[in-house]
Amino acid sequence: MKTVTLTLTNPSELFIEGQNITPDNFAGRKAAEIAALDVWEGKQKSPLGKYFTVEGDGGATAEETKIVLRGDCTRVKRIGQQMTAGEIVIEGNADMYIGGWMKGGKIHVKGNVDSFCGIGMEGGELIVDGNAAHHLGSSPRGEWRGMQGGVIRVAGNAGNDTATFINGGTIVIGGDADIHISTHGEGGTVIVKGNAKGRVGGQMVKGDIYVYGTIENPLPGFSMVDEVEQEVDGETARFAHYIGDLGERHPTSKGKTVYANLYTKL
Amino acid sequence: MSELIIKNGFVFDPLQGIKGDRMDIAVKDGKIVETSALSSPKTIDATGMTVMAGGVDIHSHVVGPKVNVGRLFRPEDKLFKSPHKSPTCNRMEMGFSVPSTFKTGYDYARMGYVFVNEAAMPPLHSPHVHEEIRDTPIIDNAAMPVFGNNWFTLEYLKNNEIENNAAYTAWLLRATRGFGLKVVNPGGSEAWGWGLNCANIHDPVPYFDITPAEIVKGLIETNEFLGLPHSVHLHCNNLGNPGNYVDTLESLKLAEGYAPKNDFGREQVLHLTHLQFHSYGGDSWGNFESRTKDVMDYVNAHDNITVDMGQVTLDETTTMTADGPFEHHLCSLNHLKWANVDVELETAAGVVPYIYSPKVKVCTIQWAVGLEIGLYAKDPMRTFITTDHPNAGPFTRYPQVITWLMSRAARDETMKTFKWLERTIDATSIDSIDRELGLYEIAQMTRAGPAKALGISNTYGGLAPGMDADIAVYALNPEDMPSDPAMIEKAFSRCAWLIKDGVVTVRDGEVVEEPAKRTVWVDVKVPENAQVQRDIYEHFLRHYSVKLDNYSLFEEHLHNPRVIEVDTTQ
Repeated sequence: MKTVTLTLTNPSELFIEGQNITPDNFAGRKAAEIAALDVWEGKQKSPLGKYFTVEGDGGATAEETKIVLRGDCTRVKRIGQQMTAGEIVIEGNADMYIGGWMKGGKIHVKGNVDSFCGIGMEGGELIVDGNAAHHLGSSPRGEWRGMQGGVIRVAGNAGNDTATFINGGTIVIGGDADIHISTHGEGGTVIVKGNAKGRVGGQMVKGDIYVYGTIENPLPGFSMVDEVEQEVDGETARFAHYIGDLGERHPTSKGKTVYANLYTKL
Repeated sequence: MSELIIKNGFVFDPLQGIKGDRMDIAVKDGKIVETSALSSPKTIDATGMTVMAGGVDIHSHVVGPKVNVGRLFRPEDKLFKSPHKSPTCNRMEMGFSVPSTFKTGYDYARMGYVFVNEAAMPPLHSPHVHEEIRDTPIIDNAAMPVFGNNWFTLEYLKNNEIENNAAYTAWLLRATRGFGLKVVNPGGSEAWGWGLNCANIHDPVPYFDITPAEIVKGLIETNEFLGLPHSVHLHCNNLGNPGNYVDTLESLKLAEGYAPKNDFGREQVLHLTHLQFHSYGGDSWGNFESRTKDVMDYVNAHDNITVDMGQVTLDETTTMTADGPFEHHLCSLNHLKWANVDVELETAAGVVPYIYSPKVKVCTIQWAVGLEIGLYAKDPMRTFITTDHPNAGPFTRYPQVITWLMSRAARDETMKTFKWLERTIDATSIDSIDRELGLYEIAQMTRAGPAKALGISNTYGGLAPGMDADIAVYALNPEDMPSDPAMIEKAFSRCAWLIKDGVVTVRDGEVVEEPAKRTVWVDVKVPENAQVQRDIYEHFLRHYSVKLDNYSLFEEHLHNPRVIEVDTTQ
């Protein structure tokens, strides 16, 4: 694996659209060629090298390419967007759309990220050591086919509208989550290890949600059916098991109606 | 002034009966002229290429409120699918199934089209329709107001007052700067206001107590009483359901006994649109099958009817229609998002995204039904290529539809991708049809035929001297047609040249110039009718949410009009 290190030495005045910062685009390119890739600041297109110093060449393929971002990337968006393989490490914070539509590979953000991270994700791994803002692992605007696969782990808190229209994959939030989790969900798993504010599983058809703490305002569309012992994220615990959203349509499988499951830790 | 000569191409002009002769086409001041009329023309060398008139689309949803609802509620239709800006065009382009106005104009031009008839204009929202027409570059547009669920129409026809209905129709065409009479699910969309539908053509409309059959017959009589350029343009009842070919045949039979009466060369009294959606057998989705043969046998035997295909292109698209109850029905089948609107006394509409997948049996049968319509057609001057854009697929797939019609190999190639190939073959007759259409028939189905049916064949759809100089040149040699069907598709996707009004508009598939576009509408003079005037005044006073004075289109909304005048007072 070859490592390309980008250091933000000349921060932008506006936000940078960094969708070209992916192992897929860096693979097979020398440092100088990487520095010549386009990024957008507002409506102006500039080479990556205007803002970042680039050290190291890309690997032969995306899989063999690792990108390390140094400096304060709080104003850099779309890092790792649509990446299919390889690795990205962001040493500090990053802005919106990190790992959006990603299909494979791994992104590790050591700080916080803003909204829309991991949206439309199909595979791979997105790890955030800090907090994530809104629409984490959600579906793109208007799209009814949300997260399809992959794993998102946020050690801190998440904002609102996590996992809207989730179809598959797993999202683990170490801290608390704001309102709206798995709205319209039709699959996948969301685990909230802290508290959830409310509107958990609204209009959910299928899929699982675990909340370890409390739900401040539970939805009336979920009804408790039993208590179960389950292994979740490597640990076993007892949960109260709710099904829902009873106000929504539900498919049948082998003669039985399929509901979404909401588990709260006992 | 500007002179052009398109030299040495293989010319296909069904309006003049020219079948691929090697000819020169001369252009002077935006019109086609005799070659002898030119003094020092600029030459376009079309050697080894196909020359046709600019394309004419008889049925496409490209402008207006429901199209815009489709744009607004499907941002995902644009994501990663939109070129930001072509190097040669002025405006950004976006959207796949519901493209932006600019992309609509550019893409039609790239395919060699010059005239597009907007298939359904809600009269109350005609200002929006005309604002979008203005913003759709290059192509000339007309728009048909919907009549089949209009309270005035229902009341007049219930009382068999054809003359009054004609006076109202003339008033509404003027008020909306409309082109012709569109009828969508007659009676059914009004019934939808009551949460109901008209199940067949004899199912009466709630409150109004008139049947869809009476509405259609009354509107045909109205249309011929006025002598409009186009005929009644019908989206008949029970669209999209198994077994609906029975209703379709009944609807077609309503035209029996009527003869066209007009000064525009139109020979039909009824155009039945997107026939593909109306030619289904079976009584459930399980035994869903094609009954195209039955329907096309009838169409082939009756000269006073024209149809268009509504070909399913197997894409993810956006359905939108004034058939409100159908869209609700569709939403309950696919569980995707649904938009619905009721337009006061006039109509309704719905929008639902839809995925025609080669993995779904019903979709692949629908694909076969559409092509069977084109392939069973005995008279290509009465059977037109459409995709009911965007309902069965986006108009940008016309080149693919043309290729399927022209090449058995192309059909076989597509059928290889079907998950339920055997069942599709069993439920249709597509596999037993070897017919391959030629370029002359394609010219009939995409320009000459639609232009004649719309009553505009004195201006559009042909290459006779005196007509608009709208000329498409395709890089296809009829004497040496490519063996790879993909090359046919490529040639029709991006024309080598498009001349619009004598201006070189597209070159090598890129838009290089944006000549002024027009709004085509029909102005009918009728004798003064005090009763209809009073009815209009009364209805606006009692029932409309707008005042009469604010209803008619303001002049400033009308962009570069081309008026077709009809005078019934003589």
